[in-house]
Amino acid sequence: MPDPLFVFFAALTLGAAGLLVLSRNAVTSAMGMILALVGIAAEFFLLDAYFLGVLQVLVYAGAVMVLFLFIIMLLNTDKPETKYPWIKAAGGLAVFLFLSAGVVALILHSGALDKVAGPTPPELSNNPAEFATAAKAFGRLLYTKYMLPLQMAGLLLLLALVGVVNLSKDAKPNA
Amino acid sequence: MEHTTLAHHLLLAGLLFTAGLAGVIIRRNLLVVYMCLELMLAAATLALVAFSRFNNTMDGAILVFFVITVAAAEVAVGLALIVALYRRTGTVSSDQLNTLCD
Repeated sequence: MPDPLFVFFAALTLGAAGLLVLSRNAVTSAMGMILALVGIAAEFFLLDAYFLGVLQVLVYAGAVMVLFLFIIMLLNTDKPETKYPWIKAAGGLAVFLFLSAGVVALILHSGALDKVAGPTPPELSNNPAEFATAAKAFGRLLYTKYMLPLQMAGLLLLLALVGVVNLSKDAKPNA
Repeated sequence: MEHTTLAHHLLLAGLLFTAGLAGVIIRRNLLVVYMCLELMLAAATLALVAFSRFNNTMDGAILVFFVITVAAAEVAVGLALIVALYRRTGTVSSDQLNTLCD
């Protein structure tokens, strides 16, 4: 039996994801997305990944979703979607769920998960090479082992900035 | 003593990923489709953090850090594309964006 907190936040996240997928109003979908991301952040906290949880709330549920809401309201696409291929969608989803249930059953049956990890998370240690909760551990790794990816991420953000400016400048109506 | 195993976390991540995939398939509003894509990404990060925690290594957590960075950049570019598309065509519904079909 999992931790009750885990169950609570898992239910919250899945419910919010359902709201995101099923709501016909784009703003309601965005609210569901925010709730789902906060739920995932809570799961990060339960996994002792405090820094990532905070980052998730700040960047994802904060900045990214504000951007989404801004664009949704800017474009004002509140017309509810009319043509919903419900039957096809439900059929496809049923097939997909059936197949994924098979994959999950196979994985659980093969016992591969037990080889990957024990039944409980290992004890937290102060060894920086192992899983640590402090942001310090992230900083140490980011500036040593992951120096090149960090620089690439910075370059990527700069490129995205330039690209966005270029895209929004060039778009002329009926060009 | 009750405890949450790796399988529980992976199951939750898988269900979230499925919900996102279903949204990508059945929704017609490009903005909502894009949000569902983000949900799939977030589900994958949940699996990464779970593996990272249970294997007692920091690498998965660092990867999640980079995923969040890339996702932020990707959202900015994607939304700029959607706005540019809306300015040209006046719609964000994937039903009506069928120029390449006809």
